[in-house]
Amino acid sequence: MTQAVDSLALLPAYLAAGTAVLVLLADLFVARRGATLAVAIVGSLLTAVAAGAAATQPARATFCTGMPAPDAVEVPPDCSYVADGRAALVAVLFALLTAAVLALSAPALRVASVPAGEYCFLLACSMTGGVVLGAAGDLITLIVALETLTLPLYVLVGLRRRAVASAEAAVTFFVVSVVATAVTLLGAALLYAANGAVHLDLLHAASATESPGMARLSRVAVVLLLVGLAFKVAAVPLHAWAPTTYDGAPLPVAAYLSTASKLGGVVAILYVVVDGLWPWAEVSGVALAILAVLTMTVGNVVALRQTRTVRLLAWSSVAQAGYILAPLGAAATAAGRTNDARTMAVAAAVAYTIFYVVLELAAFAALVALRPAGADGGSIAEYRGAARRHPWVGAALVLALIGLAGLPPGLAGLFAKVAVVRSLVGGGAGWLAVLVALNAVVGLAYYVRVSAVLYAPTTGEHATPARVRVPWPVAVALGGATLVALVVGFAPQFVLDAALR
Amino acid sequence: MNGGEFALAATLAVPAAGAAVVALVPARADRAGRLLGTAFAAVGFVVSLLLYIGSRGWSTPRPAQAGVSAVQPWHELDLTWVPGLDLRFHLGVDGLSYPLVVLTTLLTLLCCAYTVWRTPGARPGRALVALLLVIEVGILGTFLALDLVLFFVFFEVVLLPMYAVIAGWGGDGSGAGDSRPHRAAARKFALYTLFGSVLLLVGVFTVISAAGTADIVALTGGAGMSRPVQLAAFVLLAVAFAVKSPLWPLHTWLPDAHTQAPTVGSVILAGVLLKMGTYGLIRVAVGVAPEGARWAAPVLGVLAVAAIIIGSLVCLAQVELKRLIAYSSVGHMGFVLLGIATLTATGIQAALIGNIAHGVITGLLFFLAGAVKDRFHTGALDALGGLRERMPFLSGLLGYAAIASLGLPGLAGFWGEAFAVVAALRRGGPLWTTLAVLAALGGALTAAYFLRLLRRVTHGPASPVVTAADCRGIAGVEAVAWAPLVVLALAVGLVPALVLGLAGAPVQALVEVVR
Repeated sequence: MTQAVDSLALLPAYLAAGTAVLVLLADLFVARRGATLAVAIVGSLLTAVAAGAAATQPARATFCTGMPAPDAVEVPPDCSYVADGRAALVAVLFALLTAAVLALSAPALRVASVPAGEYCFLLACSMTGGVVLGAAGDLITLIVALETLTLPLYVLVGLRRRAVASAEAAVTFFVVSVVATAVTLLGAALLYAANGAVHLDLLHAASATESPGMARLSRVAVVLLLVGLAFKVAAVPLHAWAPTTYDGAPLPVAAYLSTASKLGGVVAILYVVVDGLWPWAEVSGVALAILAVLTMTVGNVVALRQTRTVRLLAWSSVAQAGYILAPLGAAATAAGRTNDARTMAVAAAVAYTIFYVVLELAAFAALVALRPAGADGGSIAEYRGAARRHPWVGAALVLALIGLAGLPPGLAGLFAKVAVVRSLVGGGAGWLAVLVALNAVVGLAYYVRVSAVLYAPTTGEHATPARVRVPWPVAVALGGATLVALVVGFAPQFVLDAALR
Repeated sequence: MNGGEFALAATLAVPAAGAAVVALVPARADRAGRLLGTAFAAVGFVVSLLLYIGSRGWSTPRPAQAGVSAVQPWHELDLTWVPGLDLRFHLGVDGLSYPLVVLTTLLTLLCCAYTVWRTPGARPGRALVALLLVIEVGILGTFLALDLVLFFVFFEVVLLPMYAVIAGWGGDGSGAGDSRPHRAAARKFALYTLFGSVLLLVGVFTVISAAGTADIVALTGGAGMSRPVQLAAFVLLAVAFAVKSPLWPLHTWLPDAHTQAPTVGSVILAGVLLKMGTYGLIRVAVGVAPEGARWAAPVLGVLAVAAIIIGSLVCLAQVELKRLIAYSSVGHMGFVLLGIATLTATGIQAALIGNIAHGVITGLLFFLAGAVKDRFHTGALDALGGLRERMPFLSGLLGYAAIASLGLPGLAGFWGEAFAVVAALRRGGPLWTTLAVLAALGGALTAAYFLRLLRRVTHGPASPVVTAADCRGIAGVEAVAWAPLVVLALAVGLVPALVLGLAGAPVQALVEVVR
């Protein structure tokens, strides 16, 4: 059977993959770092534009096995690739994050601490995985897309020349991630064995007809699938790779890991749990609630003791993953499984993710701006008084950190927390809401510690380093992320509307 | 937009704009920045006075009618903000909030003016002024908000600027070092109060998801929420406000924060920031979950009286001036909370006037304590003594403020404390009678420790520190900053209707729905 391929639906993915190829060609023929970087950035921005344009069109789908109803105007059922509004949203986010991370990489590329061609190519490949992930309609597409997103990162993490930490980080990441993927695949295979379907909508339907024995198998499969995906968002107890990997990676790659890579994990979990496995929400809800509680508590408590900046951010991003998963954990109770509660939980998780990604990107951009070109994150003590030397960058970093803590003036973070607590209370999981709230208190302790260091007076032992000029691509990325954080802080309705797609 | 809506928006916009402008002033124009900030604070004060226009004046309480909300603001501003989070930009002013609004703008103006004259420590004064203005926005927003989520947002706005004021300008003012006590105090303040406000968040959404609206006007009276929901909501909200007020045993952040904060920080903290807790308790916790309030009232009353007694006893043993005044706040807020706990019109009116009186008098006391510490560089009661010989005017003022604070009839402190006790007595029954008697005993203890304070500081022979210090007279700005508070302490004491005239009707309406 031949299939018609709807190329228009695939356009953003084509653009993303094309960017990767063009970057390689540019590196080969032009062989100038600036040109390679420019091609990569322009390509990712074009991808974002194409995906944004797709969002205004009716949904399209391709690689479908189901027959459309004769008079249907909607997309046919059982498709592997669904380019609807949410796919567009995910693609736009990935493309913009990639563009921003590329801009942040400019100083590292200039001092040649990483090879430009390979670096930009790998990031573009990873972006392609993210763009496809948003449109995935079956488990196989989803897992392959997620791997396309992650595979280039193993290399990117280890790309820093002459750095042992970087190689260690890459190996840790690689080993853990391969195990995680194997577990995910096992879960998917068991689900197929029990239900004979990999398409998310077919799985959803198949649950009604399964026998008790198969139901047990499905429940095991659901847990395995979730455990594997939890690696990607660095949820406790599957988080141990994150701090080592973030700290060893080049700063922009750490930024990518904690934003785009985490976004990929969240998208995968949302698609699987809500679209495919909602009939098993009782199981997945309990699993996610446990994961969420452990993740935010362990992440926050361990972050309290960190002395290295990136490690602190890594642990904090572990904790943030807990807040993202928490709304889905409300499905553990019957009140949390109604349609209203589900919509609210998904919207809260997506909205929190968007707010988080913006703030985290701003925080990393500020770190890049404050550090010498190509340097790692350093220890927190090295940032002593940094905000006095760079008032604007310092203010942006403090805004991002306070936003991550969920307090004004970081209104974006405040509304993110509000959305999560609202959905939890509305879903009848008040106890989880209280835990989220108490964790926010623990979180403030370390965010405010870092912020205070930034404004602390410099003493003799930490001699004031010379004021470094912030390179303009970094300044643009930082300014853009901060501006977006401010805008969505005052008009969070944009994000909440987008999250409902 | 009519005049009232405009005035409401301006009440928040003026200080907010002032903070932004002052923050952008370059370092070389520090003094100009401080002056500019003071000008904005002055405009804000004038605007808050203008808010009075349109009020129903000192009319007699109207009986609450069926179908009419107990909250009837005379100005309202209601704009859509974030429908996805049930958040509307809904402001309103009524007799409960108006006195606190004016107190806030007045104290901020005085503090800004004081900062023009004297900035603690080496840090730029214009940043301190900008932070004071941001704090003002948060406090005013809390008092004016008529939407639960908006109330929560403004409640949170205050937190970090106050942290920065204590951590940046607190302690001995040098602002150096990580491990200094003022940083620890600031951190304790931030974490403690955030603990309260996150519970507020959960409580707010417990109410919203049960009642389906976040509008305080519609919610006052319970809005038909079931008893278990009201109990849960009241517990969450009451704990949140108890941390802010602070109610014993959740008060431990307060003495450290007060002691370490710079003078203006202490004044704002004691003067109006604590009132966010008591105001929230009246407006939100009692108003929205009346069943919960009735259920928890005895517990609140017992804790309030414990705060009065324990606060007074601790004060008797204090050896540091600012710390003593800080602990006295625990006792005074105990009286306010006792008034609220009675859930009677008398009690809530006593709480309102107690709020204002405490803001005025304790603000003045902290100004005076700051003046003493400026001159003698110590607040230790052992080191001070015989102040009246060297500085008769300052010690006279200190005596006046202390006597006002201990509740001498004719001064502002009297009404709140006396009528909290009266309200408890009128509630009747063994529990409330016992509480009233104990609270009255606590009042006597208050007198004891303030007289002890005066004996140690102003009387007796001049101590070596006092003799050696350079006792410059009271600067003009100091006099300007203190004079309104001195006058108000007397005026509110002689004419309590200044506060209660406006509050009578809304309190009566609130008590009707709670009953």
